Amino acid sequence: MIPAPFTYKRASSVDEAVDLVARDGEDAKFLAGGHSLLPLMKLRLAVPQTLVDIGRLGELSYIRDEGDHIAVGAATTHGELASSGLLGRDLPLLAHAAGQVGDPQVRHCGTIGGSLAHADPAADLPAVVLALDATLVARGPAGSREIAAADFFRGLFETALEPGELLTEIRIGKPAAPGWAFQKFTKRAIDWAIVGVAVQGGRVALVNMDQTPVRAVAVESALADGAAPAEAAAHAAAGTSPSEDLNATRAYREHLARVLVRRALEAAQAAG
Amino acid sequence: MNVTVTVNGSQVEAEVPDRTLLVHFLRDVAGLTATNIGCDTSSCGACTVLLDGRSVKSCTMLAAQADGRSVVTLEGLADGDGELHAVQRAFRAEHGLQCGFCTPGMVMAAVSLLSENPDPSEAEVRTALEGNLCRCTGYHNIVRAVLAAAGERGGR
Ligand SMILES: Cc1cc2nc3c(=O)[nH]c(=O)nc-3n(C[C@H](O)[C@H](O)[C@H](O)COP(=O)(O)OP(=O)(O)OC[C@H]3O[C@@H](n4cnc5c(N)ncnc54)[C@H](O)[C@@H]3O)c2cc1C
Ligand code: FES
Ligand code: FES
Repeated sequence: MIPAPFTYKRASSVDEAVDLVARDGEDAKFLAGGHSLLPLMKLRLAVPQTLVDIGRLGELSYIRDEGDHIAVGAATTHGELASSGLLGRDLPLLAHAAGQVGDPQVRHCGTIGGSLAHADPAADLPAVVLALDATLVARGPAGSREIAAADFFRGLFETALEPGELLTEIRIGKPAAPGWAFQKFTKRAIDWAIVGVAVQGGRVALVNMDQTPVRAVAVESALADGAAPAEAAAHAAAGTSPSEDLNATRAYREHLARVLVRRALEAAQAAG
Repeated sequence: MNVTVTVNGSQVEAEVPDRTLLVHFLRDVAGLTATNIGCDTSSCGACTVLLDGRSVKSCTMLAAQADGRSVVTLEGLADGDGELHAVQRAFRAEHGLQCGFCTPGMVMAAVSLLSENPDPSEAEVRTALEGNLCRCTGYHNIVRAVLAAAGERGGR
């Protein structure tokens, strides 16, 4: 399988990347790790005319302590997140979850920015940035703006990014609320989550329980009212609308959400 | 576009269509056919090579993304005198293969693992090979081979 023909351009700066995509309009796409985009292009489910490669931009690849927050460049790979000492110490949820994405080869290529922009409801990091209440920074031809993670995911594979806008940075406030956990249920090691849960402090976010990653609002408010993990977890599927597929019926996903949220809350309590 | 990749230490330069996948560049342009195409959907790992020292699935990467960078394929592991790499020797000694189709990818994934973690536990080896499928061996001897190679290289 090979993709339909396109023109490849490698940007040498963020400014140039934004310019190049603006010039080619709707038919141009950013290429980061290529681990969501290239499989789609090989199946001809995506047929961009132009790819603008941002994968090698050093100015998008970093993990920095900025005092009151940690800043992560959008082209930082899952592997770099997983092995970061800074994240391991200050934001273990992000490091740990990144280490659960796909397999080592996938983690050597795939990036956090690509994962968020692609917005697959089964992806791990979108739920993690929700649980971390992160701020996403986007740059377009008109300049930069900040988008709260809670406002970023709009629908199936749909985000608040305007056409031509590049995600440049993910900012996460510190210190993170105490207690974290990540639970991912798969049938085989390499698979995507059938259901997943990310917990940081009192925030709980679900993978693959709706068209977008969602906060488990009913669980969070039960926790705020002092409920124990098992009690709060009983509300895990409230208000969600999970899809049915080969892996799971809706009822099975709802069951998994309750079980995984309970495990995650117990683990977070132990870690906190 | 013009793509230049340092493959196993030598420069390979060619004018190829922008959509050329790295695995096709390696097999069809560089003539190095140890790198196999198994699934072509980034699932099986048979196409694993090292890009700047790290394992990647070459069916899910453009040759253009490797332009100006360094790639090592299975052919590049043995030294100049044909002496096999420790991981290759361990696969032979521990019977880490049957049909051999998955082997180039398994070996490259193992080499990448040992460069990141020279002394892995058995569980770490199994996790690190998550992206590589073998339909023959049942994995046990592959894991044994990787652990043996780590031992030989002074890991344990
Ligand atoms: C075998 C396999 C297993 C996987 N398993 C998992 C898993 O278990 N969990 C999981 O979460 N993911 C998984 N993934 C997906 C992986 O995490 C991808 O790396 C990720 O979804 C996309 O990141 P990328 O850098 O490869 O983006 P690309 O494929 O390069 O891009 C994806 C999309 O985002 C856009 N884009 C990329 N970067 C930016 C940016 N900075 N700003 C704006 N738009 C941008 C592109 O234009 C494109 O539309 C798997 C992938 C494979 C191939
Ligand atoms: S051929 Fe590349 S992963 Fe299977
Ligand atoms: S030895 Fe046959 S596929 Fe692994």
